Amino acid sequence: MQQRYNFAFFDEASKREIRRAVLKGVCIPGYQVPFASREMPIGRGWGTGGLQITLSLIGRDDVLKVIDQGADDSVNAVNIKKLVCDTTDVDVTDDTARATLIQSRHRIPEQPLTSKQILVLQVPTPEPLRTFEPSEAATRVLHAEADYTGAWLELFDQIVAYDTTVTGADHPVVVNGRYVMAPSPIPRFDNLKLDQAENLTLFGAGREKKIYAVPPHTSVRPLDFEDYPFVRERFEGVRCALCGAEGVFFDELEDEATGEVRYQCNDTAFCAARRAQQRAHGVAPDDAAPEGAPDVVPSTASDAASDGSAPDAEPGEAPGEREVR
Amino acid sequence: MAEELTAPAVACEEDAPQLSVRDLSLRFGRGCPACQGAASELAGNVCPACGTVHAVRAVSLEVYPGEIVGIVGESGSGKSSLMRCVYFDEQATGGDVRALPFDGGARNLLELSPQRKRAVRNQVFGMVYQNPHLGLRMGFSSLSNIAEAMIASGERNVGAMRARGEGLLERVSIPLARATCPPRVFSGGMQQRVQIAKALSANPPILLLDEVTTGLDLSVQAAVLDLILDIRRSFNVSMLVVSHDLGVIRMLADRTLVMLSGRVVEQGLTDQILEDPQHPYTQKLVSSLL
Repeated sequence: MQQRYNFAFFDEASKREIRRAVLKGVCIPGYQVPFASREMPIGRGWGTGGLQITLSLIGRDDVLKVIDQGADDSVNAVNIKKLVCDTTDVDVTDDTARATLIQSRHRIPEQPLTSKQILVLQVPTPEPLRTFEPSEAATRVLHAEADYTGAWLELFDQIVAYDTTVTGADHPVVVNGRYVMAPSPIPRFDNLKLDQAENLTLFGAGREKKIYAVPPHTSVRPLDFEDYPFVRERFEGVRCALCGAEGVFFDELEDEATGEVRYQCNDTAFCAARRAQQRAHGVAPDDAAPEGAPDVVPSTASDAASDGSAPDAEPGEAPGEREVR
Repeated sequence: MAEELTAPAVACEEDAPQLSVRDLSLRFGRGCPACQGAASELAGNVCPACGTVHAVRAVSLEVYPGEIVGIVGESGSGKSSLMRCVYFDEQATGGDVRALPFDGGARNLLELSPQRKRAVRNQVFGMVYQNPHLGLRMGFSSLSNIAEAMIASGERNVGAMRARGEGLLERVSIPLARATCPPRVFSGGMQQRVQIAKALSANPPILLLDEVTTGLDLSVQAAVLDLILDIRRSFNVSMLVVSHDLGVIRMLADRTLVMLSGRVVEQGLTDQILEDPQHPYTQKLVSSLL
């Protein structure tokens, strides 16, 4: 550790102030708590909100995992990990199950999180009504009066234009039946993972100076219309080219020379763990049973042992339908 | 013309007023003993002692079912401020506004909570502003603009809202091919017609029209006025119409109030006001029309 810094970069008063905002956010699920966003050694818009929450919460026993767009080893994730390590000396891992604190941008890990874990999401635009109403003073009044016409109107406008909602990510959700919240730019695929989750999810927007939270076992419902229900991204009949996984969120990769399209798990740690397990069992990816993500928890030794005897996936069932809760 | 004027204000008298406004006031400034009384003399609408601006001074009016009430006056006379107070765009300093369709006229709308005021705006009133930019969301499609009030009152069925929106756009002669266009790309007259369709979306019993035809060319003006009369006939909507154009008032209004410096100086049947004006200001207004 570089001793020039206090533990976890911030002075204790700063950490306390950020934790106070986090606590208020937990008490009022989905409510955006304003906080005094600190200057950070990385630029605003590069995850400073999430980083401030991580630094204010992290303790010596924590194990940190940082993901950017599903990958543990992309530049932004690596740099954030380096900063936290340099100032705390905590353990870093790619293994979702081992981590106690997970900072992420754009994704919630495929492997369901537990009550022992905290997920911190980096948020660029915390205000779901911002495009509808540019004034912060006005949106605060709208939140206070629970007038969410604007959020619905935006979805309606998309349906009028394209006959479907086109929220690729950041599809607005109602938290605990009260506040409409931007779930940070996670794909629609991950929205339902927030509903009644075991873990605490914290959202930090450094540039916009807001912190909000979804506590464990809280209802999170995506906004939708009676005749246009919420749908997740569909990956029917798609398997990961590397590990053979189905029913997870995929990256589409196109070979520019041949025009061939392949799919790969977006969650690299999930994919790598599955491949390690397949190597250990001597199974080629093509022979792997088409198991859906929630059924396979590939990371720990006990799971690996049970995995071989748990081909309980029903082959006739489409993975897309199976996961909608 | 004859048809509009035969709209029987007398028959309506038997019904209770849809909208009644009592002693509505709007002032900017603290006020002082010299200008507090309703009868106090001001320089125009400004108190010479303390400089307080009295934009609307104790105005009372009633709008009966299916009736169109006009308010005329020069610019700065307080007619638009009055309208904005009724629609809660402006916080009135004092007064009492009751709407029969909301709660049977039991409560003063000005004292409702912000949520209830919003419900009144969405369900009881339809507002058409002089400037379509105030009444429309220029970046959203015309259909979305019309759906807004329906969404606000809890409608969650896209098909139903689309059908209603298309019906209304047809009603105001906007071709359905343009229904998904944002009003930003429309001409002024089309924007005004979309605004009228939006105001009608939640079937409001009371329409508030603020200088709807000002700034439109004559043929479009005529079309918009025809549309308004047509709407009154088919939906039996009550309307409060603000205009500085006596021609518009003559064509639309059953009864007319003349405002000057925040006060109503004369009121009566529109014919009567135009043919036999009593107040010097009204006389000047009418003579400058002819």
